Amino acid sequence: MIGRGVSKRIKSIKFAFLSPEEMRRLSATKIITADTYDDDGFPIDMGLMDPHLGVIEPGLRCKTCGKKVDDCPGHFGHIDLAMPVIHVGYVKDIKNLLKATCRECGKLLLTDAQAKEYKKDMDRIGDSGGDFLDVMLVTKETAKDASKRQSCPHCKAVQRKITLDKPTTFREDGHKLTPKEVRERLEKIPDEDLIPLGIHPGIARPEWMVLTALLVPPVTVRPSITLESGDRSEDDLTHKLVDVLRINQRLRENRDAGAPQLIVEDLWELLQYHVTTYFDNQTSGIPPARHRSGRPLKTLAQRLKGKEGRFRSNLSGKRVNFSARTVISPDPLLSINEVGIPVETAKELTVPIRVTSYNIDTIKELIRNTVNPPEDLFYSAGVNYVIRPDNRRVKVTEKNAETLAESIDIGYTVERQLVDGDIVLFNRQPSLHRMSMMAHEVRVMPYKTFRFNLAVCPPYNADFDGDEMNLHVLQSEEARVEAKVLMRVQEHIISPRFGGPVIGAIHDYVTGSFLLTFRDSKFTREQVIKILARLDYEDLPPSRVEDGIEYWLGKELFNLALPKDLNIEFKASICQHCDDCKKKECDVDAFVHIKDGKISCGTIDEKAVGAFKGRILDKVARDYGSDRAREFIDTITKLALGAIMVRGFTTGIDDEDIPNEAKIQIEDLLKNAKREVDELVSAYREGILEQMPGRSLEETLEVEVMKVLGRARDTAGQIAGKHLGLENSAVIMAKSGARGSMLNLSQMAGSIGQQAVRGERIARGYWGRTLPHFRKNDLGAEAKGFVESSYKSGLAPTEYFFHSMGGREGLVDTAVRTSRSGYMQRRLINALEDLKVKQDGTVRNTADTIIQFKYGEDGVDPSRSIRGDAIDMDDILLEVLGERYWGLYTGEREKALASYGTQEKDMLSISFEEEEVEEE
Amino acid sequence: MVDVNVMLHELVPEHTLLSEEEAKKVLEGLKIKVDQLPKIRKDDPVLKILEMVEGEITEGRIIKVTRRSESAGVSVVYRMVVERVK
Repeated sequence: MIGRGVSKRIKSIKFAFLSPEEMRRLSATKIITADTYDDDGFPIDMGLMDPHLGVIEPGLRCKTCGKKVDDCPGHFGHIDLAMPVIHVGYVKDIKNLLKATCRECGKLLLTDAQAKEYKKDMDRIGDSGGDFLDVMLVTKETAKDASKRQSCPHCKAVQRKITLDKPTTFREDGHKLTPKEVRERLEKIPDEDLIPLGIHPGIARPEWMVLTALLVPPVTVRPSITLESGDRSEDDLTHKLVDVLRINQRLRENRDAGAPQLIVEDLWELLQYHVTTYFDNQTSGIPPARHRSGRPLKTLAQRLKGKEGRFRSNLSGKRVNFSARTVISPDPLLSINEVGIPVETAKELTVPIRVTSYNIDTIKELIRNTVNPPEDLFYSAGVNYVIRPDNRRVKVTEKNAETLAESIDIGYTVERQLVDGDIVLFNRQPSLHRMSMMAHEVRVMPYKTFRFNLAVCPPYNADFDGDEMNLHVLQSEEARVEAKVLMRVQEHIISPRFGGPVIGAIHDYVTGSFLLTFRDSKFTREQVIKILARLDYEDLPPSRVEDGIEYWLGKELFNLALPKDLNIEFKASICQHCDDCKKKECDVDAFVHIKDGKISCGTIDEKAVGAFKGRILDKVARDYGSDRAREFIDTITKLALGAIMVRGFTTGIDDEDIPNEAKIQIEDLLKNAKREVDELVSAYREGILEQMPGRSLEETLEVEVMKVLGRARDTAGQIAGKHLGLENSAVIMAKSGARGSMLNLSQMAGSIGQQAVRGERIARGYWGRTLPHFRKNDLGAEAKGFVESSYKSGLAPTEYFFHSMGGREGLVDTAVRTSRSGYMQRRLINALEDLKVKQDGTVRNTADTIIQFKYGEDGVDPSRSIRGDAIDMDDILLEVLGERYWGLYTGEREKALASYGTQEKDMLSISFEEEEVEEE
Repeated sequence: MVDVNVMLHELVPEHTLLSEEEAKKVLEGLKIKVDQLPKIRKDDPVLKILEMVEGEITEGRIIKVTRRSESAGVSVVYRMVVERVK
């Protein structure tokens, strides 16, 4: 049925074999000698490089068709094999055929009635719209049924057991069948018996699966390359064909000379090996054929298969023009929408510009600029090529620039070099989601890296330890508009994955906003001017005076970034989650309250502006649109960097210094914990340990010990943490969410804790012990991988070893996880790539059948949803009720919602926060 | 004939057979032809139970499936009965 947007439908595809006769008919020449070129470098006639097979050298003409290099498609040749060999690609089919047919008369091992029944089955499925695969399913059943028969229903001959000795040797009751015998058997199968087996005898006779002639691909398929030294290097396929020809020749000579059967058979098998590896050099069961250098040859199957094969590497994916790749580096002064591009790149990449009456003068100027750039400018774009209306391309050179500029007319097109503001696509692999490829505006800059704002690192998952990124220049107006509307960075601030921001403050930006806004951090006039220097603002906020000293509050500076009517209230990342929240009177200034775009209290940190978590960011992007959101991010990044630079920020190992008494306290604590473990162990030994339900005694011990040691580590961390206050740089980073965690700090200052392999205390190594340093069957803390030391104090040798064991497992896990999830995602994408949401909200495939009646069953776009819901009830209530709703907003919203009669499900149950994955 | 009534299982959503008129209305509402619907096999255990109530259910009839949905609360899906799925 044709219709519903289907313009063409493939009715059928035919797969057939080439018969030896057809190969000879196809062949331009027979190949008999294994030599390629003679001493003068001319191809030998009837050799593998015979000029009848096509031309690869420019200037020569093809001896078959008379055309020149790019016009001659190449022509096949053929090799007549001295003895038949089995085609590896068809061993399975040959096996099935041999099993399903009689060894004597060649007929299908089914009664005529049975055969008819199966044939009817096939017709029925074919007629009722079943496709090729369904019909083939029946033929498989037919073959299976026939193979079961012990004797032929037609000639009564008793059948013997056929086995396949991989890859290409057939045996009958253990006796070897030569390919010649196999071929004879296949020849005997009558045409009418092939149909129930799924072979159309008109186009494919089974004996053609055993080769008597081999098709030689044209030289254009296997070109030889001339090295600089003048030596010729042949293609892998040619090498393989040389092998085939050589053995073929020897086999023929030996056979004709009447050599002993054994020698002939050996050569025959060798020929089989070469023909097999010519088709597939990764056939299991035989060693791959190798080049002289030891590298396995790339033969026919290897050219097509896998990631580097023709399909995935050359057909599904291609190399493109107008693209660039280089190392990336950060530039916080760029807008998130921009990308910094080296001059060298900008001069190479071009955009086609149509010459019109409006721009002809500018373009003439551009062409002149190409060779005579204005001296007072850092960069000026030129023109690389001029394309005349007849599509002839002329390169702009020093000599012809002036004449070209004069010859330009309306209807010409010029390829203009990049200028600031051009729209380009920017991409970092692996491209795991749509934010891996976004549209940026060009900024031509000195130096040789691509540069962008650090707030855009999270969606690309980029860092600057040597990462490279790709850039593509759009070549049509439509593409540019589409990219600008749909792909610009600012349109991707909110991720469709979880409906929160993926672009936002990271690392120093978070630290900076913390330093700017924490408590009543003050800044002098000089500092304020430094911070705001890069900013666009109308008025300096009013200063305050205390004791005759003029100062500004950091919070008031931050207000500059906020929309004037923004209202929001939430708990910052530094929140200590007290049972009884003091709200505005919070001890650590963690309760953020913003009214009419003014912070009255609270600290701006990761929860406010961070990528993945930023609440203010989220609200600005949703309520004020992407333009305002971009402006917001651009402003806060500059503010935060201003603040951190004006104050200065550093961290070092002395940030983890703790007073001596704390050290002693931790030491005591760990000693106690170890004693507790020893007590547990002796309780276990004496059999007085109380067993946990559902656990063995050993397991109970392990659980108890882990509990004790885990608690010890945590307490050690707490003791250390008590001496690490918010004036400590490392703590600022951990608490504000910039980088690191309190656990990291307590492992540096306090104790590293239990190391685990496979989620259990370390138990592997020697008999009954982990290392020779311990007694056998020691179940104590140290013997099973408890690391008492801190990173700062250094590890004991045994501890170091255990730590390495745990660390190794972590590395292996990540490696395995990435490769596995990558493959999983590839399969998922291949399965879903052609689905799309139609105008009526249904999800359909290319056949226009419905996959989902409503996208996601609720029709909600996750990137526009509020934590999974289409409507943000809190926000609406806040908007409508204003002040009355304030107090209820964070604390008692459930009560408030109930009193307004809404039956909204608990939104808190859907976690909106992105789990942060640490990776180095 | 059947040992277990799968429709009573808590994980099996509610299946009902649409009458010809209802089916027509559904298809008109969606502006599609029957074969554009998702499929359900005739030998699906649920259909066997349904057939005991409704009698033979021929290919091309429509089954309405009403199930709980995490995102939408309740979601309704229609499936066309087929002899065998490709």
